[in-house]
Amino acid sequence: MVDLFEYQARDLFEAYDVAVPRGIVAQTPEDAEQAASALGTPVTVVKAQVKTGGRGKAGGVKVVRSPQEAKRAAKAILGMDIKGHTVRRVMVAEGIDIAEEYYFSLLVDRAERRWLAMCSTHGGMDIETLAVEHPEALARVAVDPRIGIDADKAAEIVAAAGFDEADQARVAEMLVKLGTVFVAEDATLVEVNPLVKTGSGEILAADGKVSLDDNADFRHPGHAALKDISATDPLELAAAERDLNYVRLDGNVGIIGNGAGLVMSTLDVVAYAGADLPGQPKAANFLDIGGGASAQVMADGLGIVLSDPQVRSVFVNVFGGITACDQVANGIRRALEVLGDKAVHPIVVRLDGNAVEEGRAILAEYAHPRVRLAKTMDEGARQAAELAAAAADEQTGDVSEEA
Amino acid sequence: MAIWLDSDSRIIVQGMTGSEGRKHTKRMLASGATVVGGVTPGKGGQTASFSGIELPVFGSVAEAVETTGANTSVAFVPPRFTASAVDEAIAADLDLVVCITEGVPVADTARFVNKAVDAGVRLIGPNCPGVISPGKSNAGIIPAGITGPGPIGLVSKSGTLTYQMMFELRDIGFSTAIGIGGDPIVGTTHIDALAAFEADEQTEVIVLIGEIGGDAEERAAAYIAEHISKPVVAYVAGFTAPEGRTMGHAGAIISGSSGTAQAKKEALEAVGVTMGRTPSETAALMREILHG
Repeated sequence: MVDLFEYQARDLFEAYDVAVPRGIVAQTPEDAEQAASALGTPVTVVKAQVKTGGRGKAGGVKVVRSPQEAKRAAKAILGMDIKGHTVRRVMVAEGIDIAEEYYFSLLVDRAERRWLAMCSTHGGMDIETLAVEHPEALARVAVDPRIGIDADKAAEIVAAAGFDEADQARVAEMLVKLGTVFVAEDATLVEVNPLVKTGSGEILAADGKVSLDDNADFRHPGHAALKDISATDPLELAAAERDLNYVRLDGNVGIIGNGAGLVMSTLDVVAYAGADLPGQPKAANFLDIGGGASAQVMADGLGIVLSDPQVRSVFVNVFGGITACDQVANGIRRALEVLGDKAVHPIVVRLDGNAVEEGRAILAEYAHPRVRLAKTMDEGARQAAELAAAAADEQTGDVSEEA
Repeated sequence: MAIWLDSDSRIIVQGMTGSEGRKHTKRMLASGATVVGGVTPGKGGQTASFSGIELPVFGSVAEAVETTGANTSVAFVPPRFTASAVDEAIAADLDLVVCITEGVPVADTARFVNKAVDAGVRLIGPNCPGVISPGKSNAGIIPAGITGPGPIGLVSKSGTLTYQMMFELRDIGFSTAIGIGGDPIVGTTHIDALAAFEADEQTEVIVLIGEIGGDAEERAAAYIAEHISKPVVAYVAGFTAPEGRTMGHAGAIISGSSGTAQAKKEALEAVGVTMGRTPSETAALMREILHG
């Protein structure tokens, strides 16, 4: 899933003829100043570009009346931390004359296996608050994924939301266009909040949120450029370059397994094993080498996990279905040969299933001092947690000696 | 008995001439499944050889069905061609369509799942390991050598946790094990499998495996309370997964406070389902139920 920044959503909407306020993205106060003069409107809004809500309350949105003020506002906002997100860009947008604020979203409804359109004439507050405070005012309309939002569906949605008859046609027209964005761009979410009616009666998508389905990247060559690499963890980037399914976490036991479910389960079992140990060791990462992984994939994975400075031990937990345990064992061997003396952390390996005897034999013969075999998943998790706890303990000892 | 897949099942493999299709056709044949042919558009009329077994390749599913009498398809087709392959299988009115492919755009899945539902075709997947009825047939990539036939029915979002659980309970055996897949939208839900296991004579007990994301497990819990009389043991993965991160499976993501493992556990326990904290504990609980 790729979540877009507001300015990216704005640009995407514009490409589909959805009416949006004019806006220019800026990364420096000087650029913000220039953007404000380029817009040339008496009032402009400088908005922090972060992928989280509540930026208004955090001081990330400022209404200004001159390019110089825009510069000062951008200076204050850039670099700000909003709920753990550092502001690296602002959007300078034209001020609009808001008469009314509405809400609209279209998303994938997992449970009903359809799409769900949600729409309300009470906009401007977040959807969770809206759903609690005005549940009666939030229309929920199922959308058939084979059809999308056509004119009839749009008319149904605006009627259900209770728009004034005078506004229904214009809002419906907007919803058809937003539905087109959703389908044509393979979005999993298109949200407009607020959807605005201006003093002159125009309907504008004033603030948009869009998530794109990265499984559909193959038919959207432009989507790669929309990913925000700057905010991605460097180890996660390195893993992605090697096509590894890796998520960095905050513990100290490196985890490698095959299959998403087994790896998630391994994170849990390690945390349970570590719960009673000093420092409560837990998973440093999620890494799924997938089905049928080659020795090279395993070696790449181990290389990434061991390059995380937080890692104190590693647990390799493989149940070979399609994956062959001999490939896994050879991958471990390959990675350790490349690392040489730099491989200082213990690696606990549990192998079962396809080619298990061969895999265990390879590791037994290799007899690397850091590698130990565990018979079961539970035993391996316990060993890896204990080794991480012991290593963390040792490290604390070093620090006190130095002091 | 077993569910959905039996010794009578006649299987065609869509994408049989590709590397994955070739590899797994060979494994399915070796496990005793009746694979009767393959489909690769543009390669109709050729044959493919699997350790001495020659199988015909057809240009379309309709042609394959007409010639071989197939009633089941397993699709190993790259994501960009998956929607058209599954559409074709649904249109051919097969009894069972298994879509193994990982990485199918969710909009494509949403469309073909709705078509399958309307057509009354049992679709499993996408992004799943398929289904096995040990000793009878095997449609997908679940290793046939782990265990044999028995009284346990298993339904899981995860492939390797399916293998792990079959391995833990290998001395007891399974009626049918189904991996429904880890995507946000799938053709067969836990509920579909629970209903079929309840009606199946061979199945005495049921293992349900879930993971973070969505509310399929909560819905399964509500269904169990109303409709399932057989004992159910469940396991859910992802108690320590962080919020907002996709954990391997496209559907495995906690969004805000929804989709947590804790919520699933509570919903299942509330209707009397026995929950294991780990795969091994889940297996032990299953043994207790079977041996009293």
